[in-house]
Amino acid sequence: MEIDVCPPEQRQPNMSIEGFHADYLKVFYGKLFPHADIFKWMSYGNDGKHPACDQSYFGRREFSFTLDNDIYIRFQSFSNATEMENAIKEKCPFKIDLGAVYSVDPPKRHAYAGNNVFTPVERELVFDIDMSDYDDVRHCCSGADVCSDCWPLMTAAIKVMDTALRDDFGFSHILWVFSGRRGVHCWVCDGRARRLSDEQRSAVADYFRVYKGHENGLKKVSFVGPALHPFLVRSYNDVLKSFFEEDMLPSQSLLANEARYQKILDLIPDESTTSEIRDKWNSNRRSSISKEDVNTARWEQLKHALQSSKQKGLRRCVEEIVFSYTYPRLDIEVSKRMNHLLKAPFCVHPKTGRVCVPIDPRRCDEFDPGKVPTLSELLGELNDMDRVRADSSSGLPAEEWERTSLCRYIRFFRSSFLQPLLKSCKEELEGTYSAKLRQSKDSLGW
Amino acid sequence: MEIVRSNRKSTAAAADSVPALSLYRSAPSLEVRLEEFELYAIDRLRVLKGISDGLSRGKKPDEMEKLVSELWRVNMRHQDANEVMNKDIISHFVLRLVYCRTEDLRKWFLSMETTLFRYRFRLEGSESQRALMTDFNLPYKPLSHAEYEGVKEELSQVARSIGLPHNADSMFFKVHFEEVPELVATRKVFIQKGYAYVAMNQVASLVVTQFRSHLSKALVLTNRKWMSSIRDQEKDRLTPIVEAMSSSYLGPDYSQPKESTEISLKDIDQVANSSFPLCMRHLFEKLRETHHLKHGGRMQLGLFLKGVGLSLDDALAFWRAEFSQNVGSERFDKEYAYSIRHNYGKEGKRTDYTPYSCQKIISSTPGTGDHHGCPYRNFSEENLRAALRRMGVGERPMEEVMERVRNRHYQLACTLTFEAVHGTSCDSGVNHPNQYLSLSQRAMQSKVRGSSCPLTISAVIGDPCVDLGPTHQPTSPSVG
Repeated sequence: MEIDVCPPEQRQPNMSIEGFHADYLKVFYGKLFPHADIFKWMSYGNDGKHPACDQSYFGRREFSFTLDNDIYIRFQSFSNATEMENAIKEKCPFKIDLGAVYSVDPPKRHAYAGNNVFTPVERELVFDIDMSDYDDVRHCCSGADVCSDCWPLMTAAIKVMDTALRDDFGFSHILWVFSGRRGVHCWVCDGRARRLSDEQRSAVADYFRVYKGHENGLKKVSFVGPALHPFLVRSYNDVLKSFFEEDMLPSQSLLANEARYQKILDLIPDESTTSEIRDKWNSNRRSSISKEDVNTARWEQLKHALQSSKQKGLRRCVEEIVFSYTYPRLDIEVSKRMNHLLKAPFCVHPKTGRVCVPIDPRRCDEFDPGKVPTLSELLGELNDMDRVRADSSSGLPAEEWERTSLCRYIRFFRSSFLQPLLKSCKEELEGTYSAKLRQSKDSLGW
Repeated sequence: MEIVRSNRKSTAAAADSVPALSLYRSAPSLEVRLEEFELYAIDRLRVLKGISDGLSRGKKPDEMEKLVSELWRVNMRHQDANEVMNKDIISHFVLRLVYCRTEDLRKWFLSMETTLFRYRFRLEGSESQRALMTDFNLPYKPLSHAEYEGVKEELSQVARSIGLPHNADSMFFKVHFEEVPELVATRKVFIQKGYAYVAMNQVASLVVTQFRSHLSKALVLTNRKWMSSIRDQEKDRLTPIVEAMSSSYLGPDYSQPKESTEISLKDIDQVANSSFPLCMRHLFEKLRETHHLKHGGRMQLGLFLKGVGLSLDDALAFWRAEFSQNVGSERFDKEYAYSIRHNYGKEGKRTDYTPYSCQKIISSTPGTGDHHGCPYRNFSEENLRAALRRMGVGERPMEEVMERVRNRHYQLACTLTFEAVHGTSCDSGVNHPNQYLSLSQRAMQSKVRGSSCPLTISAVIGDPCVDLGPTHQPTSPSVG
């Protein structure tokens, strides 16, 4: 089937035009969206034949669709993979959100009267980091835009959080996903994470929280006490210090001119130190050194002034500045409650046309949001494939997506995330089952 | 081990073997006299309301610890030392019945009982604390020496980051991080691979979390039982008591005024200006201005004046003097005098009505032409500021008052007004207009005497005016 698309030479990478969109989506959901993988993921092993499998599990998961014209349908559910796939193909949602697993099938919730009967029972621990929350510290873009100068803030955030989630909290089944435009989502799918109560989720979210409000338009970080918590120390030493000094300082020219360095000076609570530094920098303004040198050199001066100062309250100023600029800025509300919906991976972002693909946390430095495949690119690739198939009779792989740029992302999803997860789920199901059997055997014993 | 041990004895505070704190795991099978049922619960309720007050004033943990200790000591004692534990347990379970009935009540009760438990636990010795942890079957494991060595650097870092001393001897426990959400949220604990390493002195958090979660579930179950069987079964005995208790005002009812606050008509304007709370000032001003008040206002102000010590004759004279300038004295005698006499219990069913508490006043809904209710709640910001200025509240205290109003803490706003106007602190907080007046008079008298008068909780709650029934022994006030 040939889709009405510009020939390859004229195709622009970022094209996403209204009107075409719904038709493109139809093909996307028909040939590219990994329905079976999403189903397997959401089943967490309950789609098997083992007696421990809960056949009702998948049907109790809430899906929500956003259709054309902003029509929003919540509390959908499906009893099996085919139902889900057919519903998606038929409705072509612009966005699919995944909700919690509830105590009863969401569509049946009204049939149960009284409190506490329709309630979430499991939900992944999720995080949402959005670049627009960093607008006060990035000078290259603002709002919806993202570029290679500011995207590294996301990379730093992923590193800090991924390490903490694994080393501190002991989670292993973690999926990082590009949100399609300017941020990332994190899905923590271990059983322990899915079963966290709202209060426990809140606690984890607060563990990651470092800002205490705004001061002079800049996020305020305040470290009191003679030492920092080991989590903060590790984040600083392993990620944030070098990121700030080697990457952000030069790329955002944070100290190059007065407007910018004033923001950093505003974070320092001691007037005498700041005015001394300001005078020094003002008098150096006319020397002709390259931009990079200015930022790094000035930072060294500032660090020295702060660390050698005898004043109270300046002890941790260097760390406070670094954290203010680089520490992950989570949207805490997303993580705190089980019933919060979050966009499913592999959706297409309506404004950019980009697919929400997974990000490998071990290679997140290499991720470039500008190179993520778009819907129109993918459809173009499918067209090319058709043309090739029409010309030759070479054996092409069964799945069409395998020949598109989406392939490596789906493969990564399966091998790095889904397979280990399902293996672990299987072990868990079988384990609890045998434990229960043993228990009932023992109690019947005498 | 004794063979014959009645239930009663086993719950008594045998100080060495049984910890003084109960976990309230199951309702005791004790016989309770009906009077004890209500009175014990009311005493405990005073403690909980005192805690609520302390929390909404933003008291720090050290202050809360002192407050809880004081509240408990004052309200929960008993002449018979063996009965102290029983009173604790009985009052808790009775209040469970009272506060299980709606989501809001449950939330409040859970919050206050957890706070109470938290501070009482803190006040216990470490042996007692360990015993309680065992009682709770807490899933904690003391760290082995090897494990400790592996993480001692980080443990010391955490201790320093929260400003606590860290000595190598202190015991650490390993628990799943889910068990200690408070410690995780505030990064007061080192976590690794899903385990939190909790110091002995943080153990309270573990226990409190367990307590809270257990009580939360218990309340839901209690509610179900209440709805399905208890409420009907007890409709002639316990149910009316239970239903009245959650909205009760617990201070003195001011139905029998003391001599020192009796007011004569000639002084009334001056007293109104110096000692009336804003709600009564406003009504009084409007009465003087328009020589009339509608029913709600007449009730609120009239009963207040009665509580202040205005005799029936003086009251009749007072209201007639005003109303006759508006409707004429004949109409006054015909239409209004009767209800004044009614308020004093001289007509009809002869109930001696009690002056309204703040709770009651705040919850009233004045309509157009009405001036009763709580001005902190009902006035526009502009009008409230103007009224407070007329009372003599300065700019800075004004802002604090407005802040409380915005957060709907009307009684705290009134308390701050009191403090600003009188220049003294009011530790007990305002919860009754007559209390405001009596505190005001006291403050002014002591100014005259030249000494300052610290006001403690017992001054209000331990007032000899309290009359709760034949078996209640009033405590004597301890104001210097």
